[in-house]
Amino acid sequence: MLLFLEQVLNGLQLGVTLFLMSAGLTLVFGIMNLINLAHGSFYMIGAYVGATVTAHTGSFLLGVLAALPAAGLVGMVVEILVLRRLYDREHLDQVLATFGLILFFNELTRILWGRQPLFMDVPALLSGTVDIIPGAPYPAYRLAVIGVGIAVAVFLYVLITRSRIGMQIRAGASNREMAGALGVNIHLLYTLVFGLGALLAGLAGVMAGPILAVEAGMGESILILTFVVIVVGGIGSVRGALVGALLIGMVDTLGRAFLPGLLRLVLPASEADGVGASLAAMSIYIVMAAVLAWRPRGLFPAHG
Amino acid sequence: MASATRERRILLGAMLFLATLPGLAQLLGEPYLVSLFSRILIYGLAAASLDLILGYGGMVSFGHAAFFGIGAYVVAILAFHSADGSAVPLLGLAGTESALLAWPVAAMVAGLAAALIGAVCLRTGGIQFIMITLAFAQMLFYLFVSLSAYGGEDGLSMWDRSRLPGLDLGDDTVFYYVCLTLLVAFLVLARRLVNARFGMVIQGARQNEPRMQALGFPTYRYKLVCFALAGAAAGLAGALIANQTEFVSPGLMHWTRSGQILVMVILGGMGTLFGPVLGAATLLLMEEVLSMYTEYWMVYLGPLLILAVLFARRGVYGWLVGGDRE
Repeated sequence: MLLFLEQVLNGLQLGVTLFLMSAGLTLVFGIMNLINLAHGSFYMIGAYVGATVTAHTGSFLLGVLAALPAAGLVGMVVEILVLRRLYDREHLDQVLATFGLILFFNELTRILWGRQPLFMDVPALLSGTVDIIPGAPYPAYRLAVIGVGIAVAVFLYVLITRSRIGMQIRAGASNREMAGALGVNIHLLYTLVFGLGALLAGLAGVMAGPILAVEAGMGESILILTFVVIVVGGIGSVRGALVGALLIGMVDTLGRAFLPGLLRLVLPASEADGVGASLAAMSIYIVMAAVLAWRPRGLFPAHG
Repeated sequence: MASATRERRILLGAMLFLATLPGLAQLLGEPYLVSLFSRILIYGLAAASLDLILGYGGMVSFGHAAFFGIGAYVVAILAFHSADGSAVPLLGLAGTESALLAWPVAAMVAGLAAALIGAVCLRTGGIQFIMITLAFAQMLFYLFVSLSAYGGEDGLSMWDRSRLPGLDLGDDTVFYYVCLTLLVAFLVLARRLVNARFGMVIQGARQNEPRMQALGFPTYRYKLVCFALAGAAAGLAGALIANQTEFVSPGLMHWTRSGQILVMVILGGMGTLFGPVLGAATLLLMEEVLSMYTEYWMVYLGPLLILAVLFARRGVYGWLVGGDRE
C-alpha cells in the first residue's frame, strides 16, 4: 500500500514534468500549426544552464532563475531566425528543419560542456523527506516539483482564460488573419507564446536535473513522451495536455513498478521480469494507439 | 519537355557511375568506397520505399525504420538458429542462412507488420498519423530491446553473410552489385506501380481523398496495400543492412533512424523515387566528409539541413532536373 502511494506520487511527478513540456508544445502545435521536434532541446538547455549556474554559485534557486530566461531566450531566437519561416510550410518541412535543430543543439552542448553527463545535487533545503501519511516518507524535492507543476497549471489556466494576452492567444488560434486585422501583433504574439513554451520546457529541464543525469540527448527521450501526451490529450488543448500528462505519467510509472510483479503471478520469474519490463516500456504507446483508434483527434480536441 | 530528357540523362549518368563504382574505387586505391556505397544503396532502397507512401501517398510515416529493423532482425535471427541448430520459436522450423529464403521472408514479415500497423494508423491523418506511426515504431524498438535471447539492447552478431548459390556475398564487390541490382529492380517496379492505375488512385487520394471516395475507390484499402508494400521493401533493405554489417541491434529501429530516412527522402526530393537515393547519398557522404574534418560534425549538418529546407524546397533531384515540375 505504501509502495503504491509512493509510486502514485512518482507518477504524479513525471506527469507534471510532462505537463510543463507539453503545455508549451501543444500551444505551438495548436496555434501556429507547427511541429517542433526541437522542443526537447529547450529542456536540455534549461538543465545544462541550471546545472552550471548551480555548480558555480552553490544556489539551486539562482540556477533555476538563470535557466528560465536562458531557455526562453533561445526559444525566441530560434523562432525568429528559423521557425517563423516555417509556419506556412508543410509539416514535413517543419519536421526536417527542427530535426536539424536537434542535431545542432545536441552537438553544441557536447562542444560546450563535453561528453560527460553533469550531475546536480538536490538543494539542501529540500534534501530531506516528508511524511505524507505517518510512516510513509517521501522526498521533499519531488513533492516540490509536483507543487511547482500544479502552480504552473493554475497560472496557465488564469493566463489563457482570464487575461488579455490569453484572449489574444485564443483569438490567434481560431482565426489568425482576423485577429491580425483587429490589431493584434501576431508576429510578436507568436514569438512570446513560443518563448513561454521554451521557458516552461527549461523549467521542466532544470527541475529534472537533480533527478536525472544532465546529458546531450536528454531532450529526446522526454520529447517522445511529450508527443504522446499531446496526441492523447488532443492537439492544441492545454486541458488535454494536463489530463494526457497525468495519464501518461501514471501509466508509465505504475507500469514499470508493478507489471513485472503482476506477471510473476502467471509466468516464471525470469521471463516475467523481461516481458514485464518491455510491456511497461510499451504501455504508453499502447495507450496512445488505443486512444487514437477510439478518438482519432485525441481526448480533448481543441477545435470543433 | 526539356526536363524529361534531362531527367533521363541524369538517371543514365547516375546508373553508369554506380555500375562502374567498384572499378573506380580500385583505380583510386580506395576499396573502402565500395562498402560506403553499398550502405548508400541500402539506405537509398529504404528511403525510396518511404517515398512510395510519403511522396505519392502523402502518408508521413515517422516509423519507417521499424520495418527496416524487422527485416534486419529476421535475417539475423534465422542465421542465429541456423548456426546453433535450434528451432525458431513459435514456428518450430529450422533457421537458415540462405539468402533466397531469408531475404524474401524478411520482406514478407516486414510487409505483414506494416499491414497490421497501417490498419490502425491509417484511421488517423495529419499530425496524429505522424505520431502514431512513431509510437508503433517505439513499441517495436522496446520489444527488441527486451528480447534478451537475441542480445537485447546489445544486438546480435552474425557469423557470416547470407549464402546465395553461385555468388560469394562475403566479397564486398559482389555484395555491392547485389544491392545495386535489388535497388534498380525496386525502382523500376515502383515507377511502373505509381504510373499504373494503383498509383493513380494513391496519388488521387493524396490530393483529394473525399473526391476519390466519391468516385467509388476504397481509398483506405489502396493506402493500406501501399503502406504494406513500402514496409516490405524497407524490410528487404533491412535484410541487406544486416548482411552488410553482419550485426543487428534495436538501434536500427530507433526513432532517430526513422528521422534519418525521412530526411533522406526530403533532401533528395520526394515523389521522385530516385531522388531519395540521391538524398541518401548526400546525407551519408556529408556525414562522411564532415566527420573527416571535425568530431563535432553534427553541429554543421544541422544548420545545413535547415538551410536545405528553407532555400532548396524541391530537393537535390529537383535542383538537378531543373524546370518546373509542380
